[in-house]
Amino acid sequence: MASTEYPAGDVRIPAPVIGPGHSFRSITDKLTALVLTKNTPLAWFITTAIGFTFIMGFMVAVTYLLFKGVGIWGTNIPVGWAFPIINFVWWIGIGHAGTLISAILLLFKQDWRTSINRFAEAMTLFAVLCAAIFPVIHTGRPWLAAYWLFPYPNAMTIWPNFRSPLIWDVFAVSTYGLVSLIFWFTGLIPDLATFRDKATHPLLKKIYGIGAMGWRGSARHWARYENAYLILAGLSTPLVLSVHTVVSFDFASAIIPGWHATIFPPYFVAGAIYAGFAMVLTLTIPLRALYNLKDFITMRHIENMAKVMLVTGLVVVYGYMSEAFFGWYSGNELERFMLKNRMYYGPYAWSYWLLLLCNFIVPQLMWSKRLRNRTGVVFLVCMFINVGMWLERFVIIVTSLHRDFLPSSWEMYYPTIWDFLTLFGTIGIFVTLIFIFVRVLPLISIFEMRTLLPEATPKHEGGSH
Amino acid sequence: MATASSSVELHGLMAEFDSADTLLAAATAVGKAGYTKTDAYSPFPIHGLAEAIGFKEKIVPKIILAGGLTGLLAGAGLEYWTQVIAYPMNIAGRPFWAWGAYIPPAFETTILFGSFAAVIGMLALNGLPRPYHPVFNAPRFSMASQDKFFLVIEAADPKFSLDATRAFLAGLHPREVVDVAE
Repeated sequence: MASTEYPAGDVRIPAPVIGPGHSFRSITDKLTALVLTKNTPLAWFITTAIGFTFIMGFMVAVTYLLFKGVGIWGTNIPVGWAFPIINFVWWIGIGHAGTLISAILLLFKQDWRTSINRFAEAMTLFAVLCAAIFPVIHTGRPWLAAYWLFPYPNAMTIWPNFRSPLIWDVFAVSTYGLVSLIFWFTGLIPDLATFRDKATHPLLKKIYGIGAMGWRGSARHWARYENAYLILAGLSTPLVLSVHTVVSFDFASAIIPGWHATIFPPYFVAGAIYAGFAMVLTLTIPLRALYNLKDFITMRHIENMAKVMLVTGLVVVYGYMSEAFFGWYSGNELERFMLKNRMYYGPYAWSYWLLLLCNFIVPQLMWSKRLRNRTGVVFLVCMFINVGMWLERFVIIVTSLHRDFLPSSWEMYYPTIWDFLTLFGTIGIFVTLIFIFVRVLPLISIFEMRTLLPEATPKHEGGSH
Repeated sequence: MATASSSVELHGLMAEFDSADTLLAAATAVGKAGYTKTDAYSPFPIHGLAEAIGFKEKIVPKIILAGGLTGLLAGAGLEYWTQVIAYPMNIAGRPFWAWGAYIPPAFETTILFGSFAAVIGMLALNGLPRPYHPVFNAPRFSMASQDKFFLVIEAADPKFSLDATRAFLAGLHPREVVDVAE
């Protein structure tokens, strides 16, 4: 750790990854007590109730959609791809931080990941779930999704076209969802065993015991477990990079100006990590205060996440500049028109400049160590990024489509109340699932937190006393 | 065996330790003393502990490789069969076997099968799920998932003798040594 590089008391010394004075027992007791308690904070009920209210709105919107069809949305020619794909890409992107924290930072041996990985993985799962809703409902006929999306033997003897990026997307996203699920569950097994042993209610003991599957912490089991977990992280790393790359192919392989750009894959992946870290911080900062987790999620974590956000944000800004530069440098009249329409005289130019405010200007505050250490400021910056990353997809999708090659087909796009109810409904699903998760499962990996203590690493290998 | 007359079968002797340090030292001593049917239990992975009790297996990576290759063949095979044999579609004159376009799905199935092989393989080798195991009969064993460390020498070990093994374990500075019923 870097703490020895500076003299004592220096402001540059990073905060510890775990507060002082903890033992194996205190970590176990504190993290299990969050769940195995009868006292649920009032804020938990209020937030879950708000989330649940949005879910009700979502149910109404989807029921009406299935009843009437996609005509209830603002989606229409020429903007044939609108809210559903904007929301899909936004949610998938948010999911990426979880896998980055749990897999890539594990491979880089970043010990600060330990306090946030479980929680971020859960966030990934729920974000992918919210994303998956949109491809299923976007035709208004969700049963069609079965044979349009998945290759299964059907009575019509037809198969999807694997040369289409949309089918690659199905494979990428469903693999991502399933691998995230088993990665998350594998990490949970030892902690479920702790819950089984700590719970006093016989029914809880049984439920957590079924999840723990008889885990008993044998040295042989741990050896295989660590081996499998490390390789799983190695498999998840190219997976997470592939997912948003494939999502970007949905656009980049089309010939629409504003979509047809080679910068898209890295630019989308960076944007995904950027949006994901913003969402992890958006959820971490309130939960850390609500459950008094300042010993486990220290300022070191907040600062490090803010720094990752700053860096990936700058990569995203590089993507914006590259898009603009190549639009001009291509010399193509349609590309140049698209740029001027997007930034300058188009009716949606406001959304481009709002996007730059949210994703470029405001996050520059994170250069300041003083501001990175103020959770209120970090939270506010994250809210800007959450909105900004949604606007980014709005700009890419709607402004590229609404004025295409033929001026006679130009048309404005206006979302309806049903578009918004569906979008906010998925936010309600996300918030509700996150809050149910923190209530019934350990939101911080207990066994990995134990390994952060110095006494978890034996000083001498064998020998007698 | 010395306790053949006792009413319950003996699974083994369990020593409890307070720290990862003493457990690792004890496991090393037990291995050196020639015991082979032993196991160590800890609330988190301890580097070198499995080796100390003689664990050398390296099967998990091979299972994952096999799973990944199966996924690759399954994905590519699905694409070949559906796109070339079962339902060839002429779209803009592109070849039926446009292998470049078939890389992303085959890549994803490789990762998918490899990941499932990792988790299912690890659990199967560990013999999980397993609802019953004798070590849970030890009254303080629930601490193994919290903050205590345990070492078991099984009665099935060829070197096991109740009194001598108990005395040997007691010499390794445990908190206590208890009998574990089968």
